[in-house]
Amino acid sequence: MKRRYLILVGFLVLIALGPLILPEFYVTLLNYIGLYAIVALGLVLLTGVGGLTSFGQAAFVGLGAYSTAYLTTASELPVWMAPFGASPWLALLVGLALTAMVALLLGALTLRLSGHYLPLGTIAWGISIYFLFGNLEFLGGHTGITGIPSLSVLGLEVRYGREFYYLIWAMLLVAVWLTQNLLDSREGRAIRALKGGTLMAEAMGVDTARSKTVIFLIAALYACLSGWLYAHLQRFVNPTPFGLHIGIEYLFMAVLGGAAHVWGALLGAGVITILKQWLQDLLPKIFGSSGNFEVIVFGVMMVLMLQRARDGLWPILAKLIPDSAGDRERSSVPHADPLPKKPLLQASEQLLEAKDVVKEFGGLVASNNMSFSVRSGEVLALIGPNGAGKSTMFNCISGVDPATSGKIFFRGEPVEKLNSREIARLGMSRTFQHVRLLPTMSVLENVAIGAHLRGSRGVLSALLHLERAEEQRLKAEAARQIERVGLKEHMFDQAGSLPLGKQRILEIARALAADPVLLLLDEPAAGLRYLEKQALADLLRRLRAEGMGILLVEHDVDFVMGLADRVVVMEFGEKIAEGLPEQVRQDPAVLEAYLGGVE
Amino acid sequence: MDMQIALLLGQDGITNGAIYALLALALVLVFAVTRVIFIPQGEFVTLGALTLANLQAGKTPGTIWLLLGAGAAIAVIDCTISLRTGTIRRIPRILLWSVAYPCGTALLLFLVNPAELPMLAQVVLSLMLIMPLGPMIYRLAFQPVAEASVLVLLIVSVAVHLTLVGLGLLFFGAEGSRTLAFSDATFKFGSILMSGQTVLVLASSALLIAALFWFFERTLYGKALRATAINRTGARLMGISTVMAGRLSFLLAAMIGALSGILIAPIATIYYDTGFLIGLKGFVGAIVGGLASYPVAAAGALLVGLLEAYSSFWASAFKEVLVFTLIIPVLMWRSLTTHHVEQDE
Repeated sequence: MKRRYLILVGFLVLIALGPLILPEFYVTLLNYIGLYAIVALGLVLLTGVGGLTSFGQAAFVGLGAYSTAYLTTASELPVWMAPFGASPWLALLVGLALTAMVALLLGALTLRLSGHYLPLGTIAWGISIYFLFGNLEFLGGHTGITGIPSLSVLGLEVRYGREFYYLIWAMLLVAVWLTQNLLDSREGRAIRALKGGTLMAEAMGVDTARSKTVIFLIAALYACLSGWLYAHLQRFVNPTPFGLHIGIEYLFMAVLGGAAHVWGALLGAGVITILKQWLQDLLPKIFGSSGNFEVIVFGVMMVLMLQRARDGLWPILAKLIPDSAGDRERSSVPHADPLPKKPLLQASEQLLEAKDVVKEFGGLVASNNMSFSVRSGEVLALIGPNGAGKSTMFNCISGVDPATSGKIFFRGEPVEKLNSREIARLGMSRTFQHVRLLPTMSVLENVAIGAHLRGSRGVLSALLHLERAEEQRLKAEAARQIERVGLKEHMFDQAGSLPLGKQRILEIARALAADPVLLLLDEPAAGLRYLEKQALADLLRRLRAEGMGILLVEHDVDFVMGLADRVVVMEFGEKIAEGLPEQVRQDPAVLEAYLGGVE
Repeated sequence: MDMQIALLLGQDGITNGAIYALLALALVLVFAVTRVIFIPQGEFVTLGALTLANLQAGKTPGTIWLLLGAGAAIAVIDCTISLRTGTIRRIPRILLWSVAYPCGTALLLFLVNPAELPMLAQVVLSLMLIMPLGPMIYRLAFQPVAEASVLVLLIVSVAVHLTLVGLGLLFFGAEGSRTLAFSDATFKFGSILMSGQTVLVLASSALLIAALFWFFERTLYGKALRATAINRTGARLMGISTVMAGRLSFLLAAMIGALSGILIAPIATIYYDTGFLIGLKGFVGAIVGGLASYPVAAAGALLVGLLEAYSSFWASAFKEVLVFTLIIPVLMWRSLTTHHVEQDE
C-alpha cells in the first residue's frame, strides 16, 4: 500500500517538474499525451468498465474544438450567441452542452438495442461530423479556423506549451480522480454490473439504460473538454484530427493501456503517441514512400493484444507492484449505522398471489393456469421434474419475462405489468439458477449491489465523493448480510474464486441486502455439501421466523420436505398437486410424475 | 430536375445500390455465422478493384505479397500446433493451402504477362489472389478469439480494417485507379439510355444473389452455415465445425467484396481507402435489416444508393452526411420496435 502511494507521489512530482527540465519537444509530446489520455479515460469508463464502446470519440473532441473555435473567432455572431463568444470558458459550456445533446440522442437511439448498435451508430456519427466540418462554410471548410485566442485562468494568460502543460495535466488528473471516485460508489457498482449482463443488474433495481447513458455521456464530455484544450493550445483547427481513424486510435489507446483501469488510459495514450511519433519517422524510410503506415503496426498490435492479453498493459505493469485493492479493504470491515428497513410484516400476511398465470413461447405453453400464493413467515416450495416450467414461473413473477396472461399480486398490488426493477423496489428479491455474479469484484461489492435501491445519492455526488456516509452504510449492510449467511471469511475475496455452492449463498446475501419481504430462491441448494445444506436450511428457517416469505424452486426433495411449509408440484406447465409436504409425498399424480406411472 | 435527370440519377443510384446490397448480404452473413461485425468488408472491394487495375497495367499487384505473407504466418502457426498436438498428418494439407497455393499463384503471375490476358482471365486471376485472403484473415485474426464477446470481435475487426488500409496504401500508393470498361455497348429502353456497364453490374448482382440463395437453400454447406447462424452450439453438436463455418463465410465475404470492387472499378475511381466508405454504406443497408434479414438488408442498401444519388444532385457536399444520418431514423424505428431480451451468451 505504501509502495503504491510512494509511486503515485513520485509520479506527480515528475509530472510537476516535467516542463522545468524537459526540452520543448518533449513538453509538446506530453501535452498531446495528456490531451489523448483525457479522451481515453472516457473510453476506459465506457468500454473497459461498462462493456460498451464508441468509435466516435474523435468527433466529440471535434465538437469541443470547433465550438470554441467558432465562438471565439467569428466576427459576426448571431445576437443570441454573441455572449458566449466573450470568453473561451463560456464557449466550453456551449461545447459541453452540444456534446451532451448529441450523446443523449445517440444514446437514446442505440442503448436500448443490443450492444453493437452503439459502436455502429458512433461510426456513422463520426463520419458525418467529419464531412460536416469539412463542408460547412462558416467553419472554414477543409482549411479550418485560425486565430483562436489563448486561454486565461484566474487572470493568468496561458499561452505557451509549457504553461498549457500544467492546465492539461491538472485537468487530466482531476478527471482521473473523478472517474475513480465514481467507480468506487453505489453508481459505480451499478456501472460495473453492466458487464455481467443487464438481467441481474435490473433485478437488483439498477436502471441499466440510465447507467449506460451516464457513462456514454461522461466519455463524450471528457472528449469535448480535450477538444477545447486542443483548440486553444493549437490556436487553429481543421477537420483532420477529428476523423473516424483518430476515433479508432483513441479506442486503441484505452484497450492497449488496459481498458478497465483508469491509469491504463494514461499508459495507453503515452505508448500509442510515442510509438506513432517513432513509427512515422521510421516506416517511410523503410518503405521508401510517405504515408500513414503506422496503422499497419497498430492494427497488427491490437489483434495480437486482444488475442494474448485482452486486459491490456496496465494489469501486467501493476502485477510488478503487488498490492491488490483487496488488501487495502481487508484491513477494515465496514461499520456504520444500519440502513432504514421496511416496516415489519404482520403475521401471515398475504404476500404473493398468482392467478391463472399463462406463459407461452410461440406455440409452446410453458406455464398454464398456474395459481398459488405465498404468505409472510412461510416457505413455499415449487417442485417438479426438469422442464416443468418452474423457472418460467419465477421469471413471470419477478418481472424478467412477463406472463402472457393472468394476474399476479404482490402485497395486494397488481405487478404483472411491472418490470423487474419496479418489482424489486416493492420488496421482492431473487437469486438465479445460473449464478450471476461479477467474478472479478469482491464478495462485499457484489453483495452491496443488492443494496442498490436502499441508497439514493446520484452520479454527481459520487463523482465528488460527497456520498461517503451513505456509501459506508451500504457497505456495512452488505457486510452484515455476508456475516449472516456465513461467508465472513470470504468478504474480500474475488467472487469468482468461490466454489459454486458458496456463490449461490453469496447470491442469497445479495438478495437479502435489498431488505426484501419476499425472497425468490432458484435452486439454492444445488452444488452444496450436506453440512452446507443444513446451514442453508437453518438460515432460511431463521428468515422465516423473522416473518419473511420464501418461494423456493428446488430439486433436492429431502431438502424441500424438511423445510417447506407447503409444496406446489408442477409438471408440463401445470399444477398437479398442492399441499403439506406429507400429503404431496403420497399424492399419486406426483409419484407418477417423478417415478413414472403404471401403464 | 427534369425527368431525364431523375432517371439518370435513379439509374446511378440503383447501380451503386446493387453493389451496396451485395456487401450488405456479405455483412449479414458474416455476422450471423461468426458474430463478427466485418468492418474490413470494404477493403476487399478496394483490393479487388486495385488488383485488377494493376494486372491490366502490367504491374505485379502487391496483394501477392499479402497472400504469401499471410500464408507463411498460417503455415508457421498451424504446423507448430500440429507438431505439438501430434497431428502431423494434417501438415501436408496446411502446407498445400498456406504455402503451395500462394507460391503457385506467384509463379503464375511471374510466368504470364497479365496485361495481355483476356479480361475474363484477369478477373479470375484477381479473384484467385483475393478470395483466399478471407479465410486466411479469419484464421489469423478471428479464429483465436472466436468465442469472445461481440465487442472484442468488433475491435479486432476494426484493427484488421486499419491494417488492410495501411497495406493498401503500401501496395497501391495514394493515387486512384480505374479499370478498363467491360463493355462499351449501350442499351435503350424506351427513353432510358443504359450503359452496358450498368447492365452488367445489375445482372451480375442479381446472378450472385440468386447463386447465394441457391447455395443456402440447396447445398449441404449452405445449410451448415445457416445452422451455425441459428445456433452455434447446436450446429457443433450436429458435427458442423464452427471453424469451417467461419472460414467459409469469410471466403464468401471476400469473394463478394472482390467481385463488387471489380464491378465498380470501371465506373468509379478507386483509392486505397475508398472501400471503407463503400463498405459502410453496405452496413447502413445491413442495419436496416437489423443485421439479420437478407432481403430487408438488400432493400435498405438499394435505398442507400438512391438516397446517395439524389442527394449528390441537391447537396453534393453533404451526400455522405445525408447517407449516414439515414441510420438515425432506422435506429429509432428499431429501438421502438425491438424488445431486447438478454440471453446467456
